Amino acid sequence: MTDDLIPWASLKEFTDARIALGRAGTSMPTRELLKFNAAHAAARDAVHVAADFEALAESLQTAGEVVLQVHSRAADRAEYLRRPDLGRTLASEALAELAGHPPSDVVIVVADGLSAGALAHAEPLLALLLPELRGAGLSVGPIVLARQARVALGDPVALALQAKLVLVLIGERPGLSSPDSLGAYLTYAPQPLTRDSARNCVSNIRPAGLGMRPAAWRLAHLLRQALRRELSGIALKDEAGEPPTAFAASELTRLPRG
Amino acid sequence: MPEPPTYHLTLGQRHFSFRDLRRLMACASPLKSGDELAGIAAGSSQEREAARQILADLPLSLFLEDLLIPYEADEVTRLIVDSHDAAAFAPVSGLSVGEFRDWLLGDEATPETLAALAPGLTPEMVAAVSKLMRVQDLILVASKVEVVTRFRTTLGLRGRFSTRLQPNHPTDDPRGILASTLDGLMFGCGDAVIGINPALDSVDSCVGLLRLLDDFRQQTGMPTQSCVLTHVTNTLEAMARGAPVDLVFQSVAGTQDANSGFGIDLALLDEAHAAGLELRRGTQLAGGFGDNVMYFETGQGSALSANAHHGMDQGTLEARAYAVARRYRPLLVNTVVGFIGPEYLYDGKQIIRAGLEDHFCGKLLGLPMGCDICYTNHAEADGDDTDTLLTLLGAAGVTFIMGVPGADDIMLNYQSTSFHDAWYVRHMFDRPPAPEFAAWLEKMGLSRDGGLTLPGRAQLRELMGAAGG
Repeated sequence: MTDDLIPWASLKEFTDARIALGRAGTSMPTRELLKFNAAHAAARDAVHVAADFEALAESLQTAGEVVLQVHSRAADRAEYLRRPDLGRTLASEALAELAGHPPSDVVIVVADGLSAGALAHAEPLLALLLPELRGAGLSVGPIVLARQARVALGDPVALALQAKLVLVLIGERPGLSSPDSLGAYLTYAPQPLTRDSARNCVSNIRPAGLGMRPAAWRLAHLLRQALRRELSGIALKDEAGEPPTAFAASELTRLPRG
Repeated sequence: MPEPPTYHLTLGQRHFSFRDLRRLMACASPLKSGDELAGIAAGSSQEREAARQILADLPLSLFLEDLLIPYEADEVTRLIVDSHDAAAFAPVSGLSVGEFRDWLLGDEATPETLAALAPGLTPEMVAAVSKLMRVQDLILVASKVEVVTRFRTTLGLRGRFSTRLQPNHPTDDPRGILASTLDGLMFGCGDAVIGINPALDSVDSCVGLLRLLDDFRQQTGMPTQSCVLTHVTNTLEAMARGAPVDLVFQSVAGTQDANSGFGIDLALLDEAHAAGLELRRGTQLAGGFGDNVMYFETGQGSALSANAHHGMDQGTLEARAYAVARRYRPLLVNTVVGFIGPEYLYDGKQIIRAGLEDHFCGKLLGLPMGCDICYTNHAEADGDDTDTLLTLLGAAGVTFIMGVPGADDIMLNYQSTSFHDAWYVRHMFDRPPAPEFAAWLEKMGLSRDGGLTLPGRAQLRELMGAAGG
């Protein structure tokens, strides 16, 4: 059954839901079945393909950032998915990697989370965010790339690096139509067993969701407010609004060289 | 000095001991990642079978004495103990857990005897016997149970099968929600409820959605009920504002602490139930007035996820949530079986088993059990697994499933069952929707002699018109 035989196909205009699909008998037609399977395959790959941190590390280093790489105590994807507690804990060798750096206002952790594909948005986001933070006079510590990591892994990282605040950029649980969403979690003065209510979250960061400019604008606003008011979480509201035209008008997608 | 372990068994060359009934129940459970995460799963397959052999010989009545969470410590335990009907329990009170399995499979366990027995069973008893059952046992026994509930449709009649139409939208856009609703109605879905999970949790927004669905229902004369699945305190506030609330929704769990994590207790649910009844928005149906006004959702793993599991396995905790649900004679109870993620149910095998256990336990306790047969993209599961569970639950006589456009919920980002899937069950098991709704479908030209048809122009215009164009 094709669209012209579905009298209500015009309703597709109002939603991205999979409506007016037609039917084979009363079952799913082949075309729609294959579309669904392909979307599921993309979401599955987002979860299971190993994150490629090397390109990001190289870009960051070329731009003059100090880059550190750590691993959680979850050895592989299977363990990561079964044991959220291990994904929140640093592997023992990570402490050596994190030692000997000066204290800072902000440390940024880029974590694979549940979507390696989302990491593609980390560089364009950082290209907008880092100059904004430094322009506001904040010191930004090393960029920490974390494998098999959950949001709360940022807490021990920030403690080891003596940062006032940690921002974790992490691949979100992928949806069928959004396999590459990046989430950003901000925590002021993180401690072991920090509660989720003490974090602020900006989610669905991807070109077809919340774009890089509004995301960077909101994060910069939240970070400055958190540091000024010395708190984060439910007491800190996202009141940034839309970015002004002048903000990152050129929409950098790469970090500057050196 | 710690107490010596209470339960012992030598199986082959190995000796196993279990320190208490909670531990024994956990070890007797089929393998689930959530019980492993809690550190209470059996350490080996032999340990699991040893636990099952011990469990099989324990008297059912033990669960009335050895309360897995103390009476003083937990209001769900108090509810279970205080509402236990000893007279109803009498026919099986002398049986062991293993003998109870045999009894359930036998000829004595008819729809009538099972209905009479339900108030005599506790969640721990049904959870215990479920651990001794194979998949076919869970299906066979559940299929004998008939639980009928009413609001504007009569649900759960033998040989019928209903659907919740789930027209979610990522921004609660009214046109988007009505577009998905119409699509579902064209497929004959929505006789259990048209239920929206709202993206925005404000009372204003929920009231707007309730009015949207109620206006649509009134214009089309469609015999069904609507629900916005928001926190019970929001629904109470919406009712106070005069919003058209058909069903009062709430997620519930099996311990007081886990319910506290949901921001509820029994007193609050009592208040909400009374407020829902007072509206008398149901209708007089063939079997009685529609006064089942609650809609509950549950799911294995919710107590552990709230760190409120008391060292109990997630299957038993889930059955305890049904004790909370049955206090309120709900229209619908929905176990959302694969939504919570792989740290609680790792793969298709675990999701399928959990869905069948939940349906079995809920039905034995007298609840109108439906199942959101679903998975997330980080679980080891796919459409073949949902098809398998759908088929098995169809055979088991599940009361209702979800109808989500194309099985893809674009608001909650998970995959459930589609309108097409509902028709698969109708064909395979010859199960039409609730009688009132089936008659309306025929009248609207959406079905003919029970088969799916394309609506005529006039009916299509009427439906589209009711949706605002």
